[in-house]
Formats: sequence, structure tokens, C-alpha cells
Amino acid sequence: MTTQTVPAPRPEGTAAATPLLEASGVVMRFGGLTAVNNVDLTVNTGEIVGLIGPNGAGKTTFFNCLTGLYVPTEGTVRYQGTVLPPKPHLVTSAGIARTFQNIRLFANMTVLENVLVGRHTRTKEGLLSALLRGPGYKKAEAEGREKAMELLEFIGLDHKADHLSRNLPYGEQRKLEIARAMASEPGLLLLDEPTAGMNPQETRAAEELVFAIRDKGISILVIEHDMRFIFNLCDRTAVLVQGQKIVEGDKETVQNDERVITAYLGAPLEGATDTAASTEADQ
Amino acid sequence: MTTTKSPALPLPLPAAKALVLAGGLATAASTFIHWTWTSEFPGDLTVDGYPGGLQILTLAAGLLIALFSLPLYGVKGTRWLTPAGPNAPVLVLGAAAAATTWFTLIAIATELGGLANLEPGGWIAGVASLLPLIGALGLPQTGPTVGLPSSGGVLAITRHYLGSFTRLVGPNPDLAPVKPLNRWVETLIIIAVAGLGLTVFTYGIVTEYGELFIGFLILTALGTWALMRAGLVSRLTALTARHRGTTTAAAFAAAAAFPFTQSDDHFASVGVNILIFATVALGLNVVVGLAGLLDLGYVAFLGVGAYAAALVSGSTSSPVGLHLPFWGAALVGMAAALVFGVVIGAPTLRLRGDYLAIVTLGFGEIFRIAVNSLDGVSGPKVTNGPNGIRNIPDLDILGFDFGQAHTFGSFTLGRFANYFLLMLLVTAFVVTVFSRANDSRIGRAWVAIREDETAAQAMGINGFKLKLLAFALGAALAGLAGTVMAHVSYSVVPDPYQFAGAVPPNSAFLVAAVVLGGMGTIAGPLLGATLLYLIPEKLVFLKEYQLLVFGIALVLLMRLRPEGLIANRRAQLEFHDKDTDTAAPAETDDAPASTDPGSTAGLTTAGA
Ligand SMILES: Nc1ncnc2c1ncn2[C@@H]1O[C@H](COP(=O)(O)OP(=O)(O)OP(=O)(O)O)[C@@H](O)[C@H]1O
Ligand SMILES: [Mg+2]
Repeated sequence: MTTQTVPAPRPEGTAAATPLLEASGVVMRFGGLTAVNNVDLTVNTGEIVGLIGPNGAGKTTFFNCLTGLYVPTEGTVRYQGTVLPPKPHLVTSAGIARTFQNIRLFANMTVLENVLVGRHTRTKEGLLSALLRGPGYKKAEAEGREKAMELLEFIGLDHKADHLSRNLPYGEQRKLEIARAMASEPGLLLLDEPTAGMNPQETRAAEELVFAIRDKGISILVIEHDMRFIFNLCDRTAVLVQGQKIVEGDKETVQNDERVITAYLGAPLEGATDTAASTEADQ
Repeated sequence: MTTTKSPALPLPLPAAKALVLAGGLATAASTFIHWTWTSEFPGDLTVDGYPGGLQILTLAAGLLIALFSLPLYGVKGTRWLTPAGPNAPVLVLGAAAAATTWFTLIAIATELGGLANLEPGGWIAGVASLLPLIGALGLPQTGPTVGLPSSGGVLAITRHYLGSFTRLVGPNPDLAPVKPLNRWVETLIIIAVAGLGLTVFTYGIVTEYGELFIGFLILTALGTWALMRAGLVSRLTALTARHRGTTTAAAFAAAAAFPFTQSDDHFASVGVNILIFATVALGLNVVVGLAGLLDLGYVAFLGVGAYAAALVSGSTSSPVGLHLPFWGAALVGMAAALVFGVVIGAPTLRLRGDYLAIVTLGFGEIFRIAVNSLDGVSGPKVTNGPNGIRNIPDLDILGFDFGQAHTFGSFTLGRFANYFLLMLLVTAFVVTVFSRANDSRIGRAWVAIREDETAAQAMGINGFKLKLLAFALGAALAGLAGTVMAHVSYSVVPDPYQFAGAVPPNSAFLVAAVVLGGMGTIAGPLLGATLLYLIPEKLVFLKEYQLLVFGIALVLLMRLRPEGLIANRRAQLEFHDKDTDTAAPAETDDAPASTDPGSTAGLTTAGA
């Protein structure tokens, strides 16, 4: 089948932008179901890019393809010009970190330990040095704790460093997931619905947090259902419907696009419902 | 949270207190009168003026009640005994005295055939031991009072009363921290506690008959609960956390003192076997407790180590004509187990959960079958099949012959005592390895994998590599223990290295020791292994029902205390999380303790 890819209108003022993440022609099929269909997406350095779409559009699946959790059926993902291997831990050490839509903290570890685990790729101490406990090990460990505490301060959870993460309230768990992801010192942060389940105040605070993270020089790709959040934050937004990217552009472009409106109002698009590309599954 | 309620029994307060104190003293006194007329019941309870056997336990319970009723009366200088309030500890101790005493009386009646075999002392003890419990029920407790059971059925009623009792006693306290004492005083306390621990453990190990051992278990379990409820345990935990080094040294010294308390080498042999079993359980804890990999064939690594050491021991039945010194044999054993671990782990660790458990179980059995077959008939002659490798010579390290008894001053250390001390060093090594690995980047990665492997991978952790590392480290530690085991037991045969059996070590017992003791802790598997070794050793009268009873006990324990006897540091934090904002800032930046408070343990039903 042919895919209609709308040529992405360049956002204003990105003439000098260098692409950080380039996904091209990403396809993900589960049996007969094409969850992600030939999606191209670029995130430039210093950008905040939004990814929206109805439930089941394939946004999370696309994230999983980017981070190596799924091996895409087709297509490549490049980060800083090199093709990423489809192994989650290698993607993370290359510089992409993520959070999960359904929070996946290490529930029985403390807040601080969660962040320390996030630093795994940025530290090198192996088993032997842990057993021998030389001065180098102690220094690295102390430094790691210091950096982790700094991050906790940044997101405002330093006073709960010794709490078990499962005992945190929901909003703080989301924040902790962000801190844990940031601990790997990424160049690109993928946030999967960071404000899901938050009240308006918390959502506002999350917006501030995302800006603050960008100001640290980290690019961001964020999935959200909250349109206010997306349009406040994002330099650019891509819309995914039934696994296909139908529009990409700035606020006005997206808001005024008819296909987006139909998709969100639930009107049938190509004769399917808004859940998934179920027509393809039938064939 | 100390909401004082009306007592369960309507007694005037002075009467209730008096009942506790007088009951405790009377219980203690009753042990000086004979309880039965014949010495057929083990322990000889027929002598006046000289408590013996199970009477000693009742005596101890009575004295403890008397001691803990002093803070009840507000006696100066005794309030430190019950920092969390004096009422609940006497309630639990009352139950301990009653349970221990009535267990004894029932045992006498059943074994000798009827209540007629009880002499006046027994009756007095039976009545006296109930008084403190009644008195304590007349004291206001924090929990809700005991209501009537809602429905019939013996089980339902028992459950109702047990549950009500637990609720009445209330949860173990969260105490606000206190000012540290003088450094030397604290050190002395640690030494005293280590000494007490040694005494209790030694008593348990040398109990001569099953009844005494059961009584001992009842008293220690309930006694520990009382101490926890009193708040002494959390005080002690805080104190040991301040002096990790001292605590470790004291615990080690206490364990090392054990063979010196024994004139008979028999209990040293029990001791060394417990140590081996406990050390292997601790090694398994790396795999199960930290990395969360259920390995049901772990005992094979112990076997690999034992066989490797036996082959290079210079034994006449070893086809390898090599006689390495112990350090060489230990290295060979560790290396062989490590290689075996990697060989088994590499293909299987890609599986998750139940599949891994089943495959490891299979590999464990394959090991046993393989060594059975390498007998020169069905395969090459390496292990002599079921006959095993025999006549393993005793170790000789720097001229110290482990096979001979050695005399130091007035102490004589027999063969098993020698091996006990050697094995203790190995245990200390494994404890160090475990605690250092646990509190490190690698240990955190293991726990992360256990908690959520996908998220761990997304954090940059190479799941497969780290799981293989855990598997290899666990295997090497078991292999090391195996090298000592080969020498201790003179010979190495395939039988013990099976999945399930009536006596340890076998894979099922090892997993049980870890889960029962407390996954991810150090003290947990040590305690769990000790119990699981002693129970089949002491309760021989259960004979073929051992495994059945064992299974029922495990099911019950997992219902009552799923986190194991010793809760993980992380699980403990869960309780501390309640008084969050006061306690947290005090301990922000300090590196968290590397080991778990290993000194105390107890059966509690905190969360029932
Ligand atoms: N592992 C999988 N196996 C089979 N189907 C899958 C798998 N993962 C996702 N899908 C399917 O792919 C489609 C897209 O799912 P995805 O979770 O990516 O949607 P989403 O856009 O993130 O939706 P939401 O907004 O609800 O989070 C769905 O139909 C889903 O059922
Ligand atoms: Mg999603």
C-alpha cells in the first residue's frame, strides 16, 4: 500500500538545526497488524517535538522501535548520524533515554537507587572493583551519589531520596522516572505521556520541568494527549493516526489540519475506527 | 499512634500488674518442683530443686517475665528495656511462657500416656504460666480488644484468636532515634548481644531431643517477637548500623567461639555442616535474592566444587593423580563451578521466570545423573559413579593438620572444630563478597533486573550479561563451599546433589532457606539455613513425614510472613517510610549501610 507522507514543513528558525534523531521508514508489524507504518521523524538538537494521535495510533510502539525494545520490521533509526543497534541498553548508552507510559520504576528500590541505576551506562565500575573497594571505586561511587542527588534536587525529590519509589505519590513517580532517565546523561529524552493522571497544577509544573530539561541542552520527544501541554511546549508536532504520520508541523498547521480534526473527532478515516489499523488485521 | 484502649480483660490495673510479676516468679519457681514421676520423658523432669530439660525453658520464660515486669512498675533504671511501652512485651512473653510450658505438659501427657503422669510441679507450672498472660490481658494494649469468633470450626477459631492476639499486641514500633551512648558502652552492648546470640544458638544446636528443640523454637520465636515489640530490636539495629565494623567482628568472634564451647566434636560437625549449607544459601541469594533468577538446580554447583576438590585432593580413588594444596583446590573448585555456571547460564538465561526455573532444575538433575554415570562402565571413569570419591585426605595448611585434635590451653579442637574454623573464614569471605556486590553498581543493576527487566534494559543495563555474571558469581561461591565440604565429609558421592530430599543440602532446601530467611539479606539465608538444617536433624521422630511437615510449615510461614524471617533493608524502609519527613533528612547523604542488621531475627506476624 502507498503511504502518504506529508512533507514536513520546516519549523521557523531551524535553518542551522542539526538533526539528532532521524527515523526513516520505520514499520512495525505484529502479525497482520501494522502498528507503525512507514514513519519518518527527525528531532533536531535543542528541539522539543510532540507526538500526538488517538489511542492505539502506534505512538508507544514507535517509541519502542526507537529505543530498541522492538526491532522494527523495516526502517532505520539514526542517532547523531549513526544507525542505532536494536538493543535497548546500547540505545541508552548511545544517548537516548526514555520514560514509560505505565510507570516502570524499580518499585522496591529507593528513590536514590533508582536514579543511580539510571547512571549505569555512565559508570564503569565492574564486579571486581566493587569487591576490592579501592579508592577509585569509592570516589566513583561518591561522585555518582552526588550527581544523583543533584538530579533529585533538580526535580524536587531530594528530600525523599531514601523512600521506596513505590511509596511515592503518582505525580512524583512520574518525575522520578524522568530523573532516572536523565541520569544516563542523554542527548535526547523520550517522554511517553508524562502528564497522564496529573492534575492541572502538576501538569503546569511538568511543563516547566520539560523546559528546564531542554535548557540543559537535552532534546525532547514527547507523547501526550493533553493538547494544551503539547502546543505550549513543542516547536513541532507530528500526528500519528493508525500507524501513519499524517501531519507534521507547528501549532497552527496541526490545529487547522482537517485530517487531524477528523481523526480526533472519531470520524472514520479510510473506513476504520480510531483504535488501530484493524482493517489491515482483517486481511 | 499509642492510642490506649480498654484492656481485653476487666482487671484492676494493680491486680493485672501483680498477676504478671507474681505469675512470672511462680512460673520460674514451679520448675524447681518435679513435673513427672518417671525419667522416661527425656530431660528427666523428676528432680526437685534442679530444673532440667524443658523446665529450663519455662524457667527462662518466667524470669524474662519477671524482668520485663519491672518497667511495668516503673522501676528506675529498667525503662530502657521497653522503649516502646511496657505492656505489650509482657503480653507476648506471657504467651511464650504459656506456650512453652503447655507444650511440655502436653508432650509429657501424650508420650507417657495420660495426664496422670503429671506430678504437682507440672500442675503448678501449668497454672502459674497462665497467670502472666491473664495479667497482661488486663493491661491496656494498643491494639483492638479480642472479640468473639464470628464462625465455628476449630481452624477458624484458632485463626481468629491468633489474629486477634497479633492485633492486640500491635505492630512493631517505629521509634524516634535517640542520642548515641558512649562509644565504649555501645561496643560493650554489641559484644554482649553477640555473646547472648552465641549462647542461644549453641543451646539450640546442642539440644538433645526433638521436644526440647521444639520448645526452644517456641520460646525463641515468641521471645524475639517480645523484644521486637518492646523496641529493643530497633534500638539495637540503630546501634549496630552505627558500628558496622564492630558488629561484624563481634558476630564473627562469637561464631568462632562456638567450637571452643564444645567438648564433643559431634556438635562441631553439626556446626560445620550448618556453615556449609548457610554459605551455599548465601551464594544462591546472589542469584535468587538479588538478580531474581529462580535457580532450582543450584546444588549442582556445590557438587561441582566438591568433585573438583576431591579429584585434586590426592585421594586414592581419584583418577587424577594430583594433590594440590587447599588454596589450589579451592581455586580449582571455584573455577570449575564458575565454568559450569557459565555453560549452563549462557543458553538458559535468555529464558524468564518459570522457564528458567524448569531448565535449571533439569540441569541440576543432569549433573547428578552424569556423575553417577562417569564410573568407567557407562562413561569414562572420573567420579566412580555411585561409589563416589572416597578417602579424601585431611587438609594440611601450613603444617596444621585438620585431621588431628589440637589443644590450645584448656581447649581441645577436634577434627570438625578445625574445619568449622576454616569454613567460618570461607563464610566470612562469602558474606563480604555478597555485601560488597550488593551495595555497588552491579548489585543495583541486579536488583533493577529483578524488579523490572525491561526498564532495567532501558536504563542501559545489559540484562543477559549481568544475569550471567550473577549466575557465575553464585556458582563460584557454591563451588568454593564445595571444596571444603569434600574434605569435611571424607568422601564425595552423587546423592546429596539432588533437587529435593529429606536432608540438606539439596536445591529445594537451598531455595527454601533463602526465601524463608529473607531474600536479598545476609542474615536471612544464614538463619534460614540454620533452621532448615537443624529441623530435620533434631526432629528425627518425624521420619518419613519430615517433608510433609516441612512443606506445611513453609506454606504457613509464607502466608504469615511472605518477606521471610528477616525483612530486606528495602522492605524495612517501607515501614520507615511512614514517618517520612522527620527521619529522612538525617540520613540523606551517608552511604547506606552495606550489610543488613544481622544480629537479630525473629518470627513475627507484623503484617497479619
Ligand atoms: N507487542 C505487541 N504485540 C501486538 N500488538 C501490539 C503490541 N504492542 C502494541 N500493539 C498494538 O499496536 C497498536 C498501537 O499501540 P500503541 O501502544 O503503540 O498505541 P499508542 O498510540 O501508544 O496508544 P495510547 O495513546 O493508548 O498509548 C495497538 O493496536 C496495540 O494493540
Ligand atoms: Mg501509548
